[in-house]
Amino acid sequence: MKGTPDQPRCGFSNAVVQILRFHGVENFDSVNVLEDEDVRQGIKEYTEWPTIPQIFMNGEFLGGCDIMMDMHKNGELIEELKKAGIRSALLEKAENKD
Amino acid sequence: MAKAVSSISAKLLRSAFTANRFTTAYAQSSTSQSSSAGMADIVKPMETSMKKKLAEAFKPSVLQIVNESYMHNVPKGSETHFKVVIVSDAFEGVQLVQRHRKVNNVLEEEFGSGLHALSIVAKTPIQWEKSTQEVGQSPPCRGGAGL
Repeated sequence: MKGTPDQPRCGFSNAVVQILRFHGVENFDSVNVLEDEDVRQGIKEYTEWPTIPQIFMNGEFLGGCDIMMDMHKNGELIEELKKAGIRSALLEKAENKD
Repeated sequence: MAKAVSSISAKLLRSAFTANRFTTAYAQSSTSQSSSAGMADIVKPMETSMKKKLAEAFKPSVLQIVNESYMHNVPKGSETHFKVVIVSDAFEGVQLVQRHRKVNNVLEEEFGSGLHALSIVAKTPIQWEKSTQEVGQSPPCRGGAGL
């Protein structure tokens, strides 16, 4: 991401952080690519993906901000979190409603 | 004589005003609807190139290219941040991340020459039909740190 979860330096990076927090995910690793140009270029080569932010879950590259938003809207993110052993906070909210 | 001169001046002023209005309106247009291919290449080279390549690669039924650079910490008139809405049969049976990869690959040259951020909405015609067909703005800039 650009910046840190507490101080994102990019609207797309911020959106990803907010989505994760919305699902109750507070414990996630992040790398501020603005602090290291080698990492910033290197990650793009590694993933063969030209933009930041880049999201990895369980070691698997999921995509960028657009994909996170899509997965959040269609419920896929809840499933991906489940695969990583994380229970989305949205499930609890839904249960409390019932 | 004075009357003739003033009437010529009035005509020149009118035509100059019209030309400026056309140029300004054209440059500010955020969608890719150029009236003249020549002008488009000069005024919006990145957008023109993106439109041509995406149209050729995907034969889309819908292709919208929106320059969102004005929302970011970059000079006025930049072509660095875009949103692309693309609807094509080519995305049938293709996972979302792979759709994005296909679009990214087509625009590889652009990414290497100034294209900095790309928001992509990639749907099949059926998905587009079922959707609201409305695409919101991308998240606001958080200042960045230069490009």
